[in-house]
Amino acid sequence: MTESATATCIERPAIFEERKDQIHRIGDGDFSMACNRDSLAGAVSQRACVFCGSRVVLYPIADALHLVHGPIGCAAYTWDIRGALSSGPELHRLSFSTDLQELDVVFGGEKKLAKALDELIPRYSPKAAFVYSTCIVGLIGDDLGAVCKAASARHGIPVIPVQSEGFKGNKREGYRAACKAMRTLVGTGDIADISPLSVNIMGDFNLAGETWIIKSYLERMGVQVVAGITGDGRVDDIRRAHGAGLNMVQCSGSTQDLARMMKDDFGIPFVRVSWIGIEDVAESLYTVAEHFELKHPELAAGLVARTADLVRDELSILMPKLAEYRRDLEGKRAAVYVGGSFKAFSLVKAFRHLGMEVVIVGSQTGTEEDYRELAAICAPGTIVVDDANPLELSAFIKEKDVDIFVGGVKERPIAFKLGVGFCDHNHERKIALEGFEGMLNFAKEVHASVMSPIWRFVPRRECGRNISDAEV
Amino acid sequence: MATELVVESINDYKGESHVATTNACKLCTPLGATVAFKGVEGAIPFLHGSQGCATYMRRYIISHFREPMDIASSSLGEKNAIYGGGPNLKKGLLNAMQKYGAKVVGVATTCLTETIGDDVGRILAEFREEFGDLPLAEVVHVSTPSYSGTHMDGFHGAVKALADQLCLEGAPATGRVNLMPGMVSPADIRHLKEIFSAFGVTPTVLPDYSETLDGPALLEYENIPSGGTPLADIRAMGGATASIELGRAITTQETAGTSLESRFGVPLKRLGLPMGIRETDSLFEALKAITGREPSRELSLERGRYIDSLVDGHKYVSGMRAVVYGEEDLVIGLTSFLAEIGVIPVLVATGAKNRNLEAHIRAACGDVLREMPLVRENVDFFDIVEEAGALKPDLLVGHSKGQKAARDWNIPLLRCGFPIHDRFGGQRLLHVGYRGAQSLFDRLVNMVLEKKQTDSDIGYGYL
Repeated sequence: MTESATATCIERPAIFEERKDQIHRIGDGDFSMACNRDSLAGAVSQRACVFCGSRVVLYPIADALHLVHGPIGCAAYTWDIRGALSSGPELHRLSFSTDLQELDVVFGGEKKLAKALDELIPRYSPKAAFVYSTCIVGLIGDDLGAVCKAASARHGIPVIPVQSEGFKGNKREGYRAACKAMRTLVGTGDIADISPLSVNIMGDFNLAGETWIIKSYLERMGVQVVAGITGDGRVDDIRRAHGAGLNMVQCSGSTQDLARMMKDDFGIPFVRVSWIGIEDVAESLYTVAEHFELKHPELAAGLVARTADLVRDELSILMPKLAEYRRDLEGKRAAVYVGGSFKAFSLVKAFRHLGMEVVIVGSQTGTEEDYRELAAICAPGTIVVDDANPLELSAFIKEKDVDIFVGGVKERPIAFKLGVGFCDHNHERKIALEGFEGMLNFAKEVHASVMSPIWRFVPRRECGRNISDAEV
Repeated sequence: MATELVVESINDYKGESHVATTNACKLCTPLGATVAFKGVEGAIPFLHGSQGCATYMRRYIISHFREPMDIASSSLGEKNAIYGGGPNLKKGLLNAMQKYGAKVVGVATTCLTETIGDDVGRILAEFREEFGDLPLAEVVHVSTPSYSGTHMDGFHGAVKALADQLCLEGAPATGRVNLMPGMVSPADIRHLKEIFSAFGVTPTVLPDYSETLDGPALLEYENIPSGGTPLADIRAMGGATASIELGRAITTQETAGTSLESRFGVPLKRLGLPMGIRETDSLFEALKAITGREPSRELSLERGRYIDSLVDGHKYVSGMRAVVYGEEDLVIGLTSFLAEIGVIPVLVATGAKNRNLEAHIRAACGDVLREMPLVRENVDFFDIVEEAGALKPDLLVGHSKGQKAARDWNIPLLRCGFPIHDRFGGQRLLHVGYRGAQSLFDRLVNMVLEKKQTDSDIGYGYL
């Protein structure tokens, strides 16, 4: 490459021509966005693959064996990766792989897989085993179903194939494969002792104990929780999940397919909920209460009133404390880039309680409808983006001069490199951010980062080039 | 026919303790290649495969370095897996060049593209032909099927690919010395450069990610971080006075060093990772021989101070029993360091196989060790824990993934190498040179003292 060619590259726009319709500025023409598209080759997408989608959903099932059938990487990179807590067994925190080698690729990995299962199942006595297919398995044509079926017969536990070949789509396909795998368990357990006033907590992964927070609210209201799907997940709970009166689905992408299947097959209705923020948590609890009062007027009598008591009690503790943080944070600006769009909605609202405005919002896997709704609740000028990459994110951060970025570990270095605060709201977080107490933790997190004195030393402040000052 | 062969390959497993891998003590091949490619100025690593590989590796690497780690991907989908990944690779390369302004694109394959049989060399030739009218960046490619070898093979393979594909014939004499340091930390690379400079010689370090993966806070985001070995320097490596390659376990392989020696006649000196006194002395001897100069007084003082500190602190660690695990070259260096300070390595383990590890350890420090440790290759943490339990270790030495064992046994873990996911500053850990040994020794002694103080009812004020 010649020197002049190098020089011309400096003036390149941050946005790829092919991605222009995946970015929208509110107020800048009619709303229109393209989504759920394959990632652009050569762009550094923040997305993952089908395997990742399946692995992330099934990961918290703590008494199952999770065996990754493939070369070592897929298992190594998902070893103890999430803060998904268990109140009992912790088998999910180990990493199991068939570690396929060249010969296996040439001659097939079925026998190695069977042997691996024969070795691991007696060693750990899991309640079930999930066997994840990876790219290579999809190519060499191992009959995962047959191997699993035979192993299941030999060991007397469900051995469930997860068809998660990495290249066969994006994370969403992986969610679907995980749901299909769990569906084989649902309906196989005894539901005799389950109350009609009962729910499954779906699409919550018990990061830092978040499922337990939600569960405690529901129990205080008098609603039984049958299964965490998959937070603090147990195979036997999932087997009984069809006994619940209602499915509460958070994180629409990841478990909605299972909720749909359970609606079709068992007639269990589902509602979409979010456990992040204040309004969304309260509304989710009221939704449950109202559903049961309507459906079981006698049994659920007083449920809505009890819910109102709970919300009032919690808010009376939370709001004064939030006010303290708000005093410092008023007027600061945030960027939100997360995996699923439900979280983006809740975060936009949550930031308002801190007096902050979200000026960049995006997700890896949102739908056009999601983005349309997001555009409706955000202020003009806000950038809405689907499947962003580091180039775009860094350009947007600079343009909007944000004070904090909310995202996952892949976004953290982008924000930090530019001297912008950060809050980890992804699967690796170790601090509970759900429920009313999670909102307080969130405020603490945001405050701790945004208000740190270190920002005065980062180049963008040190050089006196504070863009927000310049605008004033 | 095929069936019989399957049976044969199954029989292979019988020689191993088990078939399933539990908590691997290695990473996949392309990961090492992406780290190596980060050490070239203006380069972007590019994975030819499905999107997940790039994303998983980025996350894993970022969690250690706490720096941006952009890895482009050809993002292959189902159709590409059937019809071939060529069109996506070409499109991705153009995007990486045009949008990132890459001067070098380092393409590493994955298990997907190796298995569908993409001929990357041919695709790249087509690419250069099709887009010959554009000012294209250099494209270097390395074959890194994840089902073969470990991340270290990917790392060394990428370094060799850089030398093979970028170094030019007829480079004039540069008076420089090529240094292939292996997968050491950014702090290690910086110190090695300092050592070379102290001998009055400028090294061409391949790869040098000391700045790209440990850079300063910035005003403007850099699409590709500053730093890395300039392309012009790599092209001129054939004109160097000598090459030094670090890592005893790679000495049976074809490497960048052997490539430079056979193609351009650059004399190659292969040494162990300079950890502890004697392995560092070897590096200093080699530099003395190459440059004809003595080490600077400052560096000699570091050696002296280190030895003085060993005298002061030897009793705190003497007789401790250590389990050492991780990358093959690193564990050899660590074992040598531990042997010299009176810690007894009882088990040395690596996830790599066929590395002749035992012989290398014997060569590095067999005469200091009172007895050889158990040496295990091709093991995972299930094996390590199973084997180590009976050995009653009181120290673990290796990367972060041993923390569960350390916790279960309530013994300290001296964190070294890659990855450091549960502590701060992994990119700044110094392992090499007398200064690196000093840092390791200080950390170790303090860990021992801290444990002693915490565990004691008395809480002595002087230790």
